[in-house]
Amino acid sequence: MKTSKLGLDFEKVDAARAAASEIAASVMDFAAKRTTTSVERATLRMMGVEGADAEGVHWVNRVVDSPTGRDLLAHGLSVPFADAVARTGMDASETARAVAAGSVEMAMPSGEALEHAVAAAEDLAADSFRRIRTQRSRRQESLAELGEGERPLLYVIVATGNIFEDVDQARVAAKAGAQVIAVIRSTAQSLLDYIPEGPTTEGFGGTFATQANFRIMRDALDEVSREEGRYIRLCNYASGLCMPEMSCLGAMERLDVMLNDALYGILFRNINMQRTLTDQRFARLAAAAGGFIINTGEDNYLTTADAAKSEHTVLASDLINEQIALRCGLQPEQLGLGHAMQMNPWSEDMFLKEVAMAQLVREVFPGCPIKYMPPTKYMTGNIFRGHVQDALFNMAAVMTDQGIHLLGMMTEAMHTPHIHDRYLALESGAMIRQAARHLGDEIEFKEGGIVRGYAAEVLENTCALLEQIRREGLFDAISRGVFADVRRHMDSGRGLDGVALRADDYRNPVESMLSLMAGVKGE
Amino acid sequence: MNMESTKNAVFPKGVDPTRIKPYGDTMNDGQVQLSFSLPVPMGPEAREAARRIAGRMGLKEPSIYHETDLGHGFSYFIVYGKCTHTIDFSAIVVPKIDMEVMGFHEIEHFMEKHFDRRIRVVGACTGSDAHTVGIDAIMDMKGYNGEYGLERYPTFETINMGSQVSNETLLARIVEFKADAVLVSQVVTQKDVHLSNLAELVDMVEAQGVRQDLLMICGGPRISHEVALELGFDAGFGPGTKPNHVAGYIAQELVRRRRS
Repeated sequence: MKTSKLGLDFEKVDAARAAASEIAASVMDFAAKRTTTSVERATLRMMGVEGADAEGVHWVNRVVDSPTGRDLLAHGLSVPFADAVARTGMDASETARAVAAGSVEMAMPSGEALEHAVAAAEDLAADSFRRIRTQRSRRQESLAELGEGERPLLYVIVATGNIFEDVDQARVAAKAGAQVIAVIRSTAQSLLDYIPEGPTTEGFGGTFATQANFRIMRDALDEVSREEGRYIRLCNYASGLCMPEMSCLGAMERLDVMLNDALYGILFRNINMQRTLTDQRFARLAAAAGGFIINTGEDNYLTTADAAKSEHTVLASDLINEQIALRCGLQPEQLGLGHAMQMNPWSEDMFLKEVAMAQLVREVFPGCPIKYMPPTKYMTGNIFRGHVQDALFNMAAVMTDQGIHLLGMMTEAMHTPHIHDRYLALESGAMIRQAARHLGDEIEFKEGGIVRGYAAEVLENTCALLEQIRREGLFDAISRGVFADVRRHMDSGRGLDGVALRADDYRNPVESMLSLMAGVKGE
Repeated sequence: MNMESTKNAVFPKGVDPTRIKPYGDTMNDGQVQLSFSLPVPMGPEAREAARRIAGRMGLKEPSIYHETDLGHGFSYFIVYGKCTHTIDFSAIVVPKIDMEVMGFHEIEHFMEKHFDRRIRVVGACTGSDAHTVGIDAIMDMKGYNGEYGLERYPTFETINMGSQVSNETLLARIVEFKADAVLVSQVVTQKDVHLSNLAELVDMVEAQGVRQDLLMICGGPRISHEVALELGFDAGFGPGTKPNHVAGYIAQELVRRRRS
């Protein structure tokens, strides 16, 4: 029998999970019937299309947006593209340029030519798959050789807008004990329908995520990992309108953690739900193949919704996200499900409720490196009080054995972190983790007490909500504003024009290869 | 404008209002605390550099109470010192919004008395800023700190456009909605991009020819009424602002404008 410090009724947990599983199945079914411009672009990237035109538009965008690209979207572009490569005798990038220029047209081959083209597409993608396998082994070897230090992993952000400045900040953070470095993206990047190319030195509130920037930071962190004798994980975003491409680049460039959550994009970036849930399926197959951890965005729900009434939406969404991820081949140890309770620090017994919630999420997802975030909503500019608030949450994270701990910064809600803001956050996080190392092992919450009562109530509400969503479907639930108090509709939001129902002859050999690598049965 | 603020102030004993300086535990000791990093490796020279920087800031007897080697050529210091500068407090004039603070019901009553239609307000968090906490607190039903947001007022008709709204999109909505007032929120910014963003909106509204019919209001942790006026806005609201402050200002200012 499972033990619980909270006296949890695990039958209820099982019931909640069963409802989430049904919800996830219907979402996955919906997504598997569709493709998107970004899924096809990711596919072409995997097939070796590199580089951008004079205006910085990547060739995969130019191919997908070409007249034949648009016409063939519902059929999948990888086979017609591989056919064009075979016909012209050029390499993938040259063929992409020719298609963009209109000198080569793509068409869906048939008969024997179709089977040749499928094989050609697989050949074109072979290098990318080799690269992903190599990166996976390198991560495993480094982790085996160096280790990564104690849990919770201390996660900090760098967000200067300049990749080279980010590198300096990341090196200093690693020396101070950071175990995960998240390079924050330039704030509007999630809404760009293309990935910029090359190293970048100008961004607002963060640095553009580009393949070149991924490499620059990865190389720097590999060097720092050797210096510090610890493997330092690199985190970026596989979210927004380019989610599938980002996920593929993450697998190829050895990102270790990627924020990946369609629900977050729907709610907080107003991305169309059909688009991003379809994108997410492909992105998570790539995540499973790449072996990196995904972080989900539930830690943001209660920045807009009322924490005292909505904790159960966080747990419900975590369960749905878990079930979707498992269906994409991700392993429990790859699921950095997000949560943060955003309770008002001045409310009585807030800390008890916070601990109850953190422990609840811990016990519902025992095998997952759940990602915990201190409340950002109540940071005020009083940096001294903010530092104390963050310390409270550092304690909660250690007590409840969180997997990844996004450290609060005293200057949250003021500016992106300065070099010493991050240092002080790491110092506090490391000190409290050390000082309270085994506190969690000593605790069992008392029967009939506030903590147990609160956790049981949230679990009960989670069950009810998931049962309701199971009946009405996730899309309708989102339309009603169940999550984060935000309402979004099936046909509203950004990116809908990039979605197509898969035609009967849709083929995507790259997706099949990803599914195989992810251990998911292909269609 | 209300400019009477410093006249009736009550001061602690021993203060000369024409020569004030920071206070720690002894009147006029000038004590201040600061912390900063230097891009030099930690060592005696770094420490001396930190001391001299504090001296150049006008601090007498700067003391380095704490120093840390951040590594990779960076060092961090916590410094105390005695400020040598003084300020004439009695000569300070800060522009303030001239309004009476009213509650929800009072504002509703005032609006019903003075307007026979609903007042249209558009709000947005503009530019790259993704933080909607400010605009949501003022505009959404729920409000902030026990005060209902503008959406809750039957006499207001509101649109909250959310975050990352471009000035172009906002202006189009202002025109289309025939807005009486616009609320622009700027929370987290970098390298003062919020200032150029706000100034650009004013320019665009003027170029569109709708400036005189529009009450332009901005808000955020780094916004003050004075900054707002400099940028060409009608009013600016800083930290701690509640929805009724903004609603009350809009109501009173629109009535005042109709009279003038």
